[in-house]
Amino acid sequence: MRKEFPEYDDLYCKYCFVYGHDWAPTSGLEEGISQITSKGRGSTQSLVWNFPLDITFKSTNPFGWPQIVVSVYGPDTFGNDVVRGYGAVHIPFTPGKHTRTIPMFVPESTSRLQKFTSWLMGRRPEYTDPKVVAQGEGREVTRVRSQGFVTLQFSIITKDMKKLGYDTTSGEQAPATRLAGTEQPYRS
Amino acid sequence: MSTPSDLRDKLRKKRRALQESLGKVKDDTQALVPSDSDVTKENERTAVEKLTGRGDDPGETLRRSLKAQRMKKKKKLLEEMSMEGPPEEEMVNEEITAVQELQHDQEEHSVETLAEEGRSVRLQRDLPPLPVARADSSLSESSMRQRMREKLRVARSKAASLLQQEASLEQPSHLRGPRDRETLTRFDRETDLDVHEEESSFAARVKFRDAARKATRDKRTETGLPTEEEAYKFFTFNFDPEPQESRRKDRAKKKTRSTDDEENEGEEDEEEEEEETGRARAREGEDESRERDEDAPLVRDEEEDLFIIDQSAKDFLELKKADYIGYNRRVLREREIFFTPSTRPVPASCKLPENVQPRYLEDEGLYVGERPPVALSNQNILENRILKEDGGKKWFGDDGRILALPDPIKESSSRPPLYHLEEELDPALQTVYRKPLKSKYVNRYIAGVGDTQGDYQLDVDVSGLIFSHHPLFSKEHVLGARLAQLYDQYLSRQHKNLTCLLTDKLNGLRNTIRNMLELHSGEGISHVTQQRIAEYKQEVRHTRQLRDTEQEKDRTLLKSIIKVWKELKSLREDKGCTNTPYKLYIRREEIQRALDEQEQEAEILAEVAELQAESEEDYERKLNEYKRKHEEWKSWKKKQKTLKKKQKQRRQQSQDVDEEEEEDEHSEEELGEEPVKPEAPEKPDIAGLEQQVREKAAKIRRKPGEPVLVPELTASNPITPNEACPRGEISRREDVSKRSLFVKVLYNDKEVSRTDSRSLNMDFRVHFGQIFNLKIVNWPESIKLQIYEGVSSSSSLIAEVCVPVPESSVLTGSTPSEELEFSSNQRVTFNHEGVGSDVPVSFTNDGSNIQTLLTSGKLSCCVSWAVGEDDIPLAPPSTQHGAGMHSGLRQMDAIACIGASGLNDMKRLGKWAAESRLDPNDPNNASIMQLLSVASGGEVVAPDYFRLEQLQEEFNFLSDEELERSRRFRLIRLRSQEEPEFRNFKTIPATEREISEKVFEEYDRRLKEGEVIDTKEHIDAHRALVAKYLQKVRESVINRFLISKHHYILSDLVVEEEVPSIGGPGQGVLGLNLFKLAEPKRPLKPRRKERKKVTAQNLSDGDIKLLVNIIRGYDIPIRKPHTSKPAAGSKGARSYTETFTAASTSQTALQASEWPLGQPVIRPFVEVSFQRTLLQTSTAEGPNPCWNEELVLPFSAPNGDYSTSSLQAVRDEVFISIFDEVLHDVVEDERERGSSVHTRIERHWLGSIKIPFSTIYMQSRIDGTFKLGTPSVLLGYSKERSLGSEGGYDAIRSLSEGTFLTLFITIEPQLVPGDSIREKMKDVKFDTQEVERLLLACEIFEKDAGQRYPDRPCVTTVVDINGKTVFITRFIRPLPPPQELLDAFPNNSQEATELVVRYVSLIPFLPDSVSFAGICDLWSTCDQFLTLLAGDEEEHAVLLCNYFLSMGKKAWLIIGTAIPEGPTAYVLTQEQNRYLIWNPSTGQYYGQHDTFCPLQTVGCLVNADNVWFNIQLYATPIRMSFDVTKPKFWKPFFSRSFPDPGLSSVQPEDLVYRRTDKAYAAELQDRIEKILREKIMEWRPRHPTRWNRYCTSTLRQFLPKLEMSGGREVAEEHRLELQSLLGDYRISGFPLHLPFSEIRPIIEAVYSTGVHNVEAPNVEFALAVYVHPYPSNVLSVWVYIASLVRTR
Repeated sequence: MRKEFPEYDDLYCKYCFVYGHDWAPTSGLEEGISQITSKGRGSTQSLVWNFPLDITFKSTNPFGWPQIVVSVYGPDTFGNDVVRGYGAVHIPFTPGKHTRTIPMFVPESTSRLQKFTSWLMGRRPEYTDPKVVAQGEGREVTRVRSQGFVTLQFSIITKDMKKLGYDTTSGEQAPATRLAGTEQPYRS
Repeated sequence: MSTPSDLRDKLRKKRRALQESLGKVKDDTQALVPSDSDVTKENERTAVEKLTGRGDDPGETLRRSLKAQRMKKKKKLLEEMSMEGPPEEEMVNEEITAVQELQHDQEEHSVETLAEEGRSVRLQRDLPPLPVARADSSLSESSMRQRMREKLRVARSKAASLLQQEASLEQPSHLRGPRDRETLTRFDRETDLDVHEEESSFAARVKFRDAARKATRDKRTETGLPTEEEAYKFFTFNFDPEPQESRRKDRAKKKTRSTDDEENEGEEDEEEEEEETGRARAREGEDESRERDEDAPLVRDEEEDLFIIDQSAKDFLELKKADYIGYNRRVLREREIFFTPSTRPVPASCKLPENVQPRYLEDEGLYVGERPPVALSNQNILENRILKEDGGKKWFGDDGRILALPDPIKESSSRPPLYHLEEELDPALQTVYRKPLKSKYVNRYIAGVGDTQGDYQLDVDVSGLIFSHHPLFSKEHVLGARLAQLYDQYLSRQHKNLTCLLTDKLNGLRNTIRNMLELHSGEGISHVTQQRIAEYKQEVRHTRQLRDTEQEKDRTLLKSIIKVWKELKSLREDKGCTNTPYKLYIRREEIQRALDEQEQEAEILAEVAELQAESEEDYERKLNEYKRKHEEWKSWKKKQKTLKKKQKQRRQQSQDVDEEEEEDEHSEEELGEEPVKPEAPEKPDIAGLEQQVREKAAKIRRKPGEPVLVPELTASNPITPNEACPRGEISRREDVSKRSLFVKVLYNDKEVSRTDSRSLNMDFRVHFGQIFNLKIVNWPESIKLQIYEGVSSSSSLIAEVCVPVPESSVLTGSTPSEELEFSSNQRVTFNHEGVGSDVPVSFTNDGSNIQTLLTSGKLSCCVSWAVGEDDIPLAPPSTQHGAGMHSGLRQMDAIACIGASGLNDMKRLGKWAAESRLDPNDPNNASIMQLLSVASGGEVVAPDYFRLEQLQEEFNFLSDEELERSRRFRLIRLRSQEEPEFRNFKTIPATEREISEKVFEEYDRRLKEGEVIDTKEHIDAHRALVAKYLQKVRESVINRFLISKHHYILSDLVVEEEVPSIGGPGQGVLGLNLFKLAEPKRPLKPRRKERKKVTAQNLSDGDIKLLVNIIRGYDIPIRKPHTSKPAAGSKGARSYTETFTAASTSQTALQASEWPLGQPVIRPFVEVSFQRTLLQTSTAEGPNPCWNEELVLPFSAPNGDYSTSSLQAVRDEVFISIFDEVLHDVVEDERERGSSVHTRIERHWLGSIKIPFSTIYMQSRIDGTFKLGTPSVLLGYSKERSLGSEGGYDAIRSLSEGTFLTLFITIEPQLVPGDSIREKMKDVKFDTQEVERLLLACEIFEKDAGQRYPDRPCVTTVVDINGKTVFITRFIRPLPPPQELLDAFPNNSQEATELVVRYVSLIPFLPDSVSFAGICDLWSTCDQFLTLLAGDEEEHAVLLCNYFLSMGKKAWLIIGTAIPEGPTAYVLTQEQNRYLIWNPSTGQYYGQHDTFCPLQTVGCLVNADNVWFNIQLYATPIRMSFDVTKPKFWKPFFSRSFPDPGLSSVQPEDLVYRRTDKAYAAELQDRIEKILREKIMEWRPRHPTRWNRYCTSTLRQFLPKLEMSGGREVAEEHRLELQSLLGDYRISGFPLHLPFSEIRPIIEAVYSTGVHNVEAPNVEFALAVYVHPYPSNVLSVWVYIASLVRTR
């Protein structure tokens, strides 16, 4: 996992999975939190977590294909822990290695005054539930501002997809989807 | 646009050429067409103009037209050449051919003129005209065109006369009008003589032209022959040769351009062109003058320059001050140099030549196009600038405006035309045509491919190719190839032998005719026979002609074979070597000369005879025709004569010639056209006929006796070996041997394979003999063979041959190979003997007989479907093939799906189908035939609708019904609909078979039986109805709720800090908060920290725990020794006032005396049950125990769904019960007492409290002291008060009676309570009948209240059961309680009041926050409430309030919060300066200052008139004032600024009560008892349950008394009574009192007491049920349950 947030430092990220009723995790953590990372000294200035996570899902129905929701937090100028971005992406369908770059965003304050006070108090607007970013319902009432990117790398293994009639690749398939977000080596 | 000089050159050239040609043919022409002159006279100039083009781009047009002519001529010549062999002349010079063409045309024309002789002659007659009169007369003509022409003519004649005048007045060179200035042009100057003549005869010509024009116009109407005078005048006119010549030229040009020679059209065109020409000429003139001007100053400059040359070097250096020129001077100087065009318009006179009036074409009726818009100022600047230039005037037109095209965009492209036939076209300019490409992705796979059986194979057999021409052919080869070709032709003709066939046929026909004639031999040939003979004759003629042509062809073929052979031979001799093996033998077949001659003669004679007969017939017919016509003509003549006579008579009478003419015209008009005088047909020339036949025979047939020549071509001639050849030939042969060829096979435009490369042989045959097997997957669309020729390593494409895709019946082995011709137009030239390709080659030594040959040849190949090993053709089935193609296309065609396809060209298609005679039975044509049948069966009806997604059906993988039937999809759909059964259905099975029908059983039953509610469960039919009704209401509300649930507001999604309001009482000042941050920490004064709230989403089972903190209990009843004697008598009627003050003091005192010191009076413990979890505290001692214990109960949400809405719908309750732990010594043997303890623990239920989870969830914590629900009688227990110990505290406590428990309940972690849906519902907006203004006021009022006191509920509008918003005061209206309740205590209002309260509390309680999933309060009116017999606090409160009002009390509705209900409604009454707070659902009442009053906050008060909101500092009833008149404390809704609009009540005027059926109550009573008995036995499965009948009957008698006393303690006497009866038993038991709604709650209540748990071996039970009916089916149920243990 790698992240590009131009002006922030010392960020950590939380992840969780959103999936439909027909999905169930069989192994791995559904939710987690990463270590804090600091900016690289190299020229890229990107923040690298290299945080591996491993989860396996099983399902009977492609509906509600799992999505990973990533929210990034970090201290602001006063040292308050504030949210730096929310983002979500579907787990890739096809087996193999995938790289996904998620644009991150944060909800905007409703007014300038609130923006100021939230900055002052270190209590920025947050989603009641980070999982809302993985769904469409209710999103129309929010206004967001984009803020950086998070790069995720997936290594996907599927099993028995073809048995259920879902052909995601031309090759062989597997009843569980296995996701492994593997680390990406730090590149300067 | 070409330059004028260009144009001039061209014109000059042309002219010269024409003159030359005319010089030759002039005499001839004049002789031939003397009469033509009048017509063409006026064209003299215009024709030239025509050449220069119509538009303003004469150069281009001219060039184009010339080129076009040239091309045409060339083509013609080529044709002639090819037709007639060697052409007469070689086309060297274009001009010459033009002349030839001209000659030809003139000849033609002369013939034409001859034919039109009569007309032309007549035209001459009118030559001396009277223009004015003519004009007048012609005005009467109505034709539009005529009128137009008239106008033009008038205008022109005016101009002409003007010019004439000018000419006569001044020098001709100056005075030429714009249109006559062409005399200045150069080519006119060359023919100076003509010009002079022209000028001299100018005036005359003008006249003449007019006359001529008139003549042409009137030629149709004029009749008669020209008079002598006219003829004379015509011929004596001085016609200078020049105009005539040009006229010729026009004529010629016109002919070449269009065969259609319509006079009128031509004339008009010419007139227009004439004017344009005039302009063009004018420009030319100007051009010239400018040239002259330019010359003059040049010379001057040169002269000046001459002086500068001789200067010494010194002179070049000079030191000087820098020049400074003063501003004014500079301006002056600059003025000399600079020119600033003014923006003022230029006067018209400046723009036109002097003394010329501007001419406006538009006014003359000519079309002038609209010019592109230009800003006037810009135009003026431009005009000024142009005028400043030399010769600027030429830019202006006749109308004084700048010449401009109407539309500057040319219609034709201005690119130079690409008609360079001779030169190679620049490759960059070559147009490249590409085939439309099909999408690559449209793969039409053959169905079944991929399966085992479905491999298809195409065999492409490329056997070889033969060149019919190759660039490396020597001349001999060419001739040889031609010879071979001719021979082939000959052979094929020979094979067909058409001549013979036709000859036979002819003979046969002749015989038949002869026979027929003989048969009838002249006697009465029937009409039918005659006709048949005629038909036969016709047939004979036709056959003869056919035979003749065939014979001729045969002969010419033979001739040409011989000719070519001769040429070949001569060529071989010439070159001295032989390259081709061809050798022609000609065999002579001798024929018997006499016989042959005889036959031929007979043949000729027969033919002659036939021809004679035919011609005679023809003559007869013609003669008849002539006679008829002659008759007609004669009769016409007669008429004419009579008319003439009449005219003569008239002429004598009148003197005016004009008139006479007019008359003449008139009469002519009457008579009409003169019929042509018929000519008598010639007699057929019999001798001539025979001559003709003989000539023909000589031409096309063998001479009689001549031997039949049979050519025979062999390839036996030896080829000269290389050494003996000349050098050119050797190099050619070498070149040939270098060449190699191969063929590429392309399948569907993809190269699939190629043949081996084979070298080219001397005979230009290449043998490949390779077969390619193509295994195919795609449908064959095209199979192509590309022939490549290679020299050494490089190769180039010669030609491409498309091979048709074979039918599926075409199989390998059975198909002969086809020969496919190919050719290439590549140009190849060699410097050796090879003739090359696309290069003209001459075959004779003198260089004539030029031919251009292109590379061509034949490729023999064969494409067929392969045959598999077991003789199965590997071809796709043809039907499938066709269908596949068609269906594929149909699917492609989106329009076809709409049904509009094929509409566009249906007719043409039909026509084509009819012409090509499609086989209707051919399956390949099926779709076309069907289409046609539709088309012919009537118009194809285009649907008059438009479908947007016409392809939708294509994507449906299932029919809708099937989809409906699928269990899996149904499950998915129901889940998505959020049906309660499936709302959180997890992991829907992946396959259909894994889903059992059982899944839907429940849902289906609900759907089906939603209407029918099980009466067994409800016992009472009425209750069933109510339940049904409630269900419906619930559904409708839930639907509403679902809508609002999916309606989000920002706060649902985003957590955001509120802006701290400055100065607001709730939040405090921002600054103050900041100040607080700086406050020093005070560790000894800890502040409560807010727990972090957890959103309910990421929770799972086990995460949530319910914390129940049992702190302490008060006033728990204590055990009574059995032996104690009955104490004081029964309590009499007490007033409620008493109970508050010192109700039980006496009792306390009494019982205290009985208190055995040191003995534990009670050992209570608390048991908490929630969701099947049971937990209990440790056992404490004494009536006021202190546990201070925390019980942790796990919580799991239904279906594991921890969403807010789901949690709100949790209906579980927390039961908290107090039990007494009783230890019984069960040691039987007294001896063991010292050594062992053997006790049995019994637990006795003392009371319980239940708190719904929803309340805990909504309030997040419950903290307080609650009154336990205790039975009114507890057998074996009594209320004991400990005195003294607690002192002052007791005083307060004693105010109320009952047992109390202090509790703290919360949920860990703290859940964010679901927003009360009220807020959301606000957005959804219910229907309402209230006026907008009121609603607005409500909104403001509530908002204001909510802002100031967020914790105080404020309700102004409520939702009634129909879902409509109703203002709350409408619910308050005095309503009378049932009369029998009032009658019960007629003289005691207090008793009556209590009864009424009891009645209200007996109506079952149904919290709608639970039933409606915490959505909203639905308020039903009192009658609805009584009908439904279910409702929550609000309904109870409203009913109670209304009863109180009708009973004359001052009553209000309190909207507030209470424990444990949460937001609720109480009733406030004012009694004698005191305020009483009534809990309507329990029937309890509290004084304002009662500490144990569950009401915690008071939000607002409501009565029928107004709503008051509490704005006091405190909201607890104890600390506030209920005086609503004080505006300081209460804020009224209706005030002076917004008065009460007088809202009518929604309540009925009166309530109708039904008397309850006593019998029904008794029946119910029995039933409940029976069920309970069964249940208790069921609950004790391991022990026998014995029923003490005596006790039961006693209890049964006692229950009505309890009812009568209103549940008050009548226990003492009752207990005593029991004691006396059952002295031997230890009794523990109690009566339960419940309002009746259903049986289930009763059972649960009994179960929760745990009476059945007594496990003593000798226990007996007693159960009594009593149901007391109240009006309107309100039932009070008493259940007395007791356990009896024998003590002895």
